[in-house]
Amino acid sequence: MVTVETKPAVKPKQPMRENGPYWEKFEQFAKIAEDPAWVRVARRAGISHFVELGFPTLQDEDWRFTNVAPIAKLPFKRVLEPARDGVTAQAPGHFTFAGLAGSKLVFVDGHFAPEFSSTAKLPEGVKVTSLAEAIAKEPAPVEKHLFRYARSDASAFTALNTAFFKDGAFIYVPAGQTVPEPIQLLYVSTAKEDGATVHVRNLIVAERSSQVTIVESYVSLSDAAYFTNSVTELVVGDNAVVEHLKLQDESHRAFHIAAVAAHFGRASNVVTHSIALGAKLSRTNIHAHLAGEGLECILNGLYLTRGEQLADHYMIVEHAQPRCASHEYFNGILADKSKGVFHGRILVRPGAQKTDAKQTNKNLLLSDDATANSKPQLEIYANDVTCTHGATIGQLNDESIFYLRARGIGLETARRMLIHAFAGEIIDRVRCTPVREELDKLVWNRLELNEKVTVNK
Amino acid sequence: MTHPILAIQNLSAGVEGRQILKGINLVIRPGEVHAVMGPNGSGKSTLASILAGRDGYNITGGEVIYCGKDLLELASEDRAREGVFLAFQYPVEIPGVNSTYFLKAAYNEIRKHHGQPELDAMEFLTFVKEKMKILNVPEDFLKRPVNHGFSGGEKKRNEIFQMAVLEPKLAILDETDSGLDIDALKIVATGVNRLKRPDNAQLVITHYQRLLNFIVPDYVHVLMDGRIVRTGGKELALELEENGYESILHGAAVPA
Ligand SMILES: Nc1ncnc2c1ncn2[C@@H]1O[C@H](COP(=O)(O)OP(=O)(O)O)[C@@H](O)[C@H]1O
Ligand SMILES: [Mg+2]
Repeated sequence: MVTVETKPAVKPKQPMRENGPYWEKFEQFAKIAEDPAWVRVARRAGISHFVELGFPTLQDEDWRFTNVAPIAKLPFKRVLEPARDGVTAQAPGHFTFAGLAGSKLVFVDGHFAPEFSSTAKLPEGVKVTSLAEAIAKEPAPVEKHLFRYARSDASAFTALNTAFFKDGAFIYVPAGQTVPEPIQLLYVSTAKEDGATVHVRNLIVAERSSQVTIVESYVSLSDAAYFTNSVTELVVGDNAVVEHLKLQDESHRAFHIAAVAAHFGRASNVVTHSIALGAKLSRTNIHAHLAGEGLECILNGLYLTRGEQLADHYMIVEHAQPRCASHEYFNGILADKSKGVFHGRILVRPGAQKTDAKQTNKNLLLSDDATANSKPQLEIYANDVTCTHGATIGQLNDESIFYLRARGIGLETARRMLIHAFAGEIIDRVRCTPVREELDKLVWNRLELNEKVTVNK
Repeated sequence: MTHPILAIQNLSAGVEGRQILKGINLVIRPGEVHAVMGPNGSGKSTLASILAGRDGYNITGGEVIYCGKDLLELASEDRAREGVFLAFQYPVEIPGVNSTYFLKAAYNEIRKHHGQPELDAMEFLTFVKEKMKILNVPEDFLKRPVNHGFSGGEKKRNEIFQMAVLEPKLAILDETDSGLDIDALKIVATGVNRLKRPDNAQLVITHYQRLLNFIVPDYVHVLMDGRIVRTGGKELALELEENGYESILHGAAVPA
């Protein structure tokens, strides 16, 4: 099935919402949380917004292809205590990017695990720490940014996260500093019961003219139907150079909802990657706010689904200033009865002249039962702009397969080569070499897991 | 007489609702170079494609014996492993597949098929660099994705380069000359001539006589409307050049 459409979203009347036990849980939680007043205020606003918004339904234009009812129906069990017994000291070493040099923060079921974490020697003033710890000990730089970019009033999941988050990473790179090695954030789920819910909250601040690479990986040692709801606020100062990669490799019964709320300063250069491999249902909302003049960003993504998985990316690229370039590249490889959703909204604000916004979404269907939905949405309020978008949904190219076979390469190998090449287009954009190499290996291994893919004879 | 490399007997084939080849007969023996000439649309590429095993054609009659085997029974990769090579008229660009990786995979598949040990990356590179020198192929051919961003001429040269690496028993060149300037044509022809051995054969498909100044055929076949209407020596190509295909149709003798 194929849908490609261009039309502005219309916000429907709010239907009756399912709020479940959240308000009550919040009241219990608020009693025990030891937060400073500014956090408490935000949490309270979060729960009110959540109660108001409720979980989205298929009637919401922005959630038309992704049904989150199974998440709403989960018995909500916020993980209060980490179950450390499931994680040995070696466990984090088994996950992708384990071989990366540099600092690493590990979170087990949303709780910071210092025993698995290590911080390399970092340049003067660079902080790589638990967010909860930063709020408790050194709140000033956190308070300046936290809650400002990911807004609770616009998303029920962000609202829920704000109300309930326990911890996450805080990364701060002062002006002019370069962190030479990638910083790795590893979120391990060990959930033993269905409905176990973890709200991860991250804040990454790269000040003016700084440089840093951050890798966020969400992985699992569990096969429960748990729920990860993460929010990352990424603040990039003027002239800063930042690479951010988010890997979603949750268990195949898990639900994963994530928001990356990014704010880019003048003349900055940012690459973000969103790689979705796991989860039964995943949705990544990326809102890039191009807030300074003359910046360049690449928003890159790859989703691999099989079985009955669904991977959804919802992009908002907001050009608020002149002379900025944004380029979105998202490729999906969909096997079996799985589904890929891409919604790419490009918003060009009045005055954002000379905007150069490009969007490409390509989907490779490996089976007749796989589905791709691709929906570009352009809203342009400036007159001197270049905006292009293109979506393709198709199967492997028969001519290419024949060419490879005519050289002696077997049909199955030929197909795998082409599939890998399709993923490679995205992986090749990862600038940090060790990250790219590990990711390439991981994706290659995942593609090998696909059953013999349909062959049109 | 030696055993033929290729024996096509009364081959008829087409696509859904349309007959393209209407009874082709052609025997190629070791050491021979055959040229097939014919106007656009006469079925030259169809013949080449069927020999290489492209899907989508209905074989409605006849047979093709390659080195004693029923060629049409083999999957296209097995034909390649057995030594059939098609230099494509329109080589495909395959972005994302590295040329070295691709060529090494192809080469090793062929070796495996013959029970020979595979070459590792280093051994293969040494071997392939030698071939590049002989054919005057630029180094970056190997670094780029297969045919990706190549000019028309570069693609053709890449086909011959692959042929040099894979050392086929039967090379089928489908209009390898088209789109080449005279210098590129000479390079390609020199490459092809170097690969000629007493135990292999070449089937050179072309539209113009030009290429045959450089690759001298033992036999020239004229294909028109799905039939070989005349067969002769290399002088037939010159005759065609002078008088055109029409003269062949009108009045010329059809071989028995
Ligand atoms: N797959 C196909 N479907 C329909 N028609 C085809 C197909 N392949 C070839 N033909 C037709 O068969 C005829 C011979 O084509 P081709 O073999 O490419 O000729 P040549 O290579 O001699 O120019 C042409 O009329 C062409 O349009
Ligand atoms: Mg042709």
